[in-house]
Amino acid sequence: MRTIALSLSLAVSALVSSSVLAQAPDDDAKIIRGRYQAVLADCAACHTKPGGASLAGGAPLQTPFGELVPPNITPDEETGIGSWTAADFRRAMKEGIGHDGKRLYPAMPYPAYTKMSDQDIDALWSYIRTVEPVHNPVEANQLPFPFNIRLVMLGWNMVNFEPGDFRPDPNRSEEWNRGAYIVQAAGHCGTCHSPKSLLGADKGDEALQGASLQGWYAPNITGNSYLGIGSWSEDEIVAYLKTGQNAHSIASGPMREAVQESTSRMNDADLKAIAVYLKSTEGGETQKPQPIAAEDPHMRAGAMIYHDTCSACHRADGTGGRQLFPALAGSPLVQQPSAETLTHVVLNGSQGAATPEARTTPAMPSFAWRLDDQQVADVLTYIRNSWGNAAPPVTADDVKAQR
Amino acid sequence: MTTILPRKDVVIVGLGWTGSILAHELTDEGLDVVAIERGPWRDTATDFNIGYVQDELRYAIRKDLFLQPVTEAMTMRNNTSQTALPMRDYGSFLLGNGVGGAGVHWNGHTWRFWDTDFQIADHLTRRYGAEKFAELQLQNWGVTGAELENAYDRFEYLCGISGKAGNVNGEIREGGNPFEDPRARDYPLPPMQMTYAPTLFAEAARALGYHPFPTPAANMSEDYINPLGIAMGQCTMCGFCERFGCANYSKSSAQTTVLPVLMKKKNFELRTHSEVLHVDLDASRTHARGVTYVDTSGEEFFQPADMVLLCAYGLHNVRLMMLSGIGEAYDPNTGEGTVGRNYCYQTNSGAQVFFDDKNFNPFVAAGALGQTMDDFNGDAFDHGGLDFVGGAGINCIPTNGRPIQTRPTPPGTPRWGKDWKQATVDSYKSTLSFSAQGSSYPTRGNYLDLDPTYKDRFGRPLLRVTFDFPDNDIRMASWVAGKMEGIAKELGGRQYTVSPRKKGWDSVPYQSTHNTGGATMGTDPRTSAVNKYLQSWDVPNVFVVGASAFAHNAGKNPTGTVGALAYHAADAIRQQYLRNPGQSLVSA
Repeated sequence: MRTIALSLSLAVSALVSSSVLAQAPDDDAKIIRGRYQAVLADCAACHTKPGGASLAGGAPLQTPFGELVPPNITPDEETGIGSWTAADFRRAMKEGIGHDGKRLYPAMPYPAYTKMSDQDIDALWSYIRTVEPVHNPVEANQLPFPFNIRLVMLGWNMVNFEPGDFRPDPNRSEEWNRGAYIVQAAGHCGTCHSPKSLLGADKGDEALQGASLQGWYAPNITGNSYLGIGSWSEDEIVAYLKTGQNAHSIASGPMREAVQESTSRMNDADLKAIAVYLKSTEGGETQKPQPIAAEDPHMRAGAMIYHDTCSACHRADGTGGRQLFPALAGSPLVQQPSAETLTHVVLNGSQGAATPEARTTPAMPSFAWRLDDQQVADVLTYIRNSWGNAAPPVTADDVKAQR
Repeated sequence: MTTILPRKDVVIVGLGWTGSILAHELTDEGLDVVAIERGPWRDTATDFNIGYVQDELRYAIRKDLFLQPVTEAMTMRNNTSQTALPMRDYGSFLLGNGVGGAGVHWNGHTWRFWDTDFQIADHLTRRYGAEKFAELQLQNWGVTGAELENAYDRFEYLCGISGKAGNVNGEIREGGNPFEDPRARDYPLPPMQMTYAPTLFAEAARALGYHPFPTPAANMSEDYINPLGIAMGQCTMCGFCERFGCANYSKSSAQTTVLPVLMKKKNFELRTHSEVLHVDLDASRTHARGVTYVDTSGEEFFQPADMVLLCAYGLHNVRLMMLSGIGEAYDPNTGEGTVGRNYCYQTNSGAQVFFDDKNFNPFVAAGALGQTMDDFNGDAFDHGGLDFVGGAGINCIPTNGRPIQTRPTPPGTPRWGKDWKQATVDSYKSTLSFSAQGSSYPTRGNYLDLDPTYKDRFGRPLLRVTFDFPDNDIRMASWVAGKMEGIAKELGGRQYTVSPRKKGWDSVPYQSTHNTGGATMGTDPRTSAVNKYLQSWDVPNVFVVGASAFAHNAGKNPTGTVGALAYHAADAIRQQYLRNPGQSLVSA
């Protein structure tokens, strides 16, 4: 409907006067660009509750410091950001300061958004102004003392936050720079995928090398060919981001949402740019360790559990099945230093992303009821050290901590 | 107190195969559709969890996925001189319950009926004269095989059927079924890798000049992506199909072929744990206003809708029509009335061959992994000198080697104790079973109606099944058993048994969940309840979709035809009915 409304307004404005003609198409185009910025930035992931009104406030985020509720960012005057100005919005995005001077918490990824261009932020603002205003009061700050004192963030910002624009690398291609810009700025990939300091800030020198969040492990997405996605072709990376799956993996957990709401809606050129950039990055251990020997008692126990419980779908050789069962053999996700995601999936099950190109949404059942901590640990140790995979063992205590 | 809900374009009763297909087709048309399902939501990962789905005690013996008599029982008798009594446990047939319906727990044999089935009365009259089947109530279906070809094709591609075509556009293909009607193209997947017993069976059948071929299977021979974009995985041959949901996305069902797309549509809604009590008609009794249903809290709702599609199991469709006053109930004394008419079943016979020197590894199996021959099915052979019509597909399809129920023992073995145990050990791996799945033809006295005595938990009369195997079908089974004996001898084991179907239907031992008819399709409103598009003659905004529409049952599993009829009805609704809603597509 919006598209129809926009083209109607274009047609009407063309009839009215040349000054309107000059003005209106520009605004419409800007709103459309802004809507695409909202896709890149995945605003909805946090600010829209499942089943709730668009951008009218999200489900609570569990952070290591306590709970935060993503606020209503519709143009509602009272409970949204209807009384903000473009400058207020730019300040929030670039400096992490709300329009009443309140310091935002970096769960709002302003440390990434700060790199967005003024033009893109203005476009995003134009778009957000067109969203249906919804009256929905949200108290964002549910943190315990002392984190509930927003002024604390002043100190945090001094230590951890570096405001400023994205700086293109003149020695790299335009495509690479576009990819870097999306990944580092609006796409805020590092918010999940970069390791965090004790204060919850990205460790800049370990960008995109993998991090824990909310019971999952967001894996290394650098070009590292052992732990990262260096072994994937650009086309395979594009396929993953566009459809939620490729020959190696199926997006689930928080990435499922990121794919559904954001990357699957990006244009192909941007996805390609992201792939080019990610493949050029480096980070993490590049040498595979020696795999744990098949004779190890935990490996032997794990093998038996695997063949009983897992192999019907993931196949005896760990190669999985097209669009249904992710391959385990050669999977970087399986070989991350942390087995949190694997443990999460075995204990709780998970479901693949739904996109127009991948509609099956296959699901893995929960095995928490069937496998005890040691058995989960053994089977994970087995898949992490079979078929050419190699990764540290998983212990029963690791599993217990997540159960 | 009945809560009146906002109107919908379409209300569908039951979300199994036909409900899912129609819901998908009609939501694609832009209609606002709600499906009301008596049972629970079921999906692969949570309900067919690979960690426990292969539990024979829970699913095969205790029948966890099935309709239980406490929810809805039926009464049965063999003929009108008897007083029907309720079945206290379902045995002879096991009806599905919940989303996916009986399509969850089937084996996956996916057949096309023949043109000589759809035009059976005309065909047999032409070939043998009408006297030949005077004791039967055989009638044409109102469609031709050619009319349904595309509908069959779409169902097979939706499912990803593994098989080998025998007749593509009239060209007979080696290795397929030479007796099948022409099809437009081959099956979507090649046949499954054959196991040992069917391989031996096929060799023996070929040696006798017969034409065995791989049974068309809704078990995936390879990974498959269907036309809706839904992926299925290669079957692992675990041998837990019938009575079980599939954990591996390897058996076609609403869950694995339609629901992932359907459930995400904004113009579709599903209400589970909600039982439709009846269809509500207006004062003229020719227009349905919607349906009344009750949820698990006992609260009653009226769901108004422009169209009502009865997509429950065939027996339930028939009962709902009777409870709602749609059409006139069939009376076996006068032969008048249509609802309940031409109830048919399946006339099955079995054979076992016991070997000393073979190991069939029966646990390597899938529900439809085997070989079939149609040389003695339908009217593929000349009945000129025979005292019956109809026939049977002869199948060697070892579906499982499950430890509780798969315990073949040779004749003379005690039923319990040490000798029985020893015999099961000796015979488990070395017994080859095959069967004849025979046609079931209608008679005046086999029918469905409402029981005069017994009621369900809502006070509604139970369905009464009056059925015995017709003499014609018994003669057919006995003749086919002779052919089976020939094959058993050719197989050359130590000893064999052949058990032809006998008179006297018994509702206790499992026989077949192929209950057909009761709301048959046809050309004449005096002998059929729905027209050739499955549209009620009496209440044109009601369509009744399922095996209830079969005018007789062939020597084949019904699901392929059920799926095809769903597409056939969907096409009629989309292309014709919606132009003139509320009107009959065929003038009586």
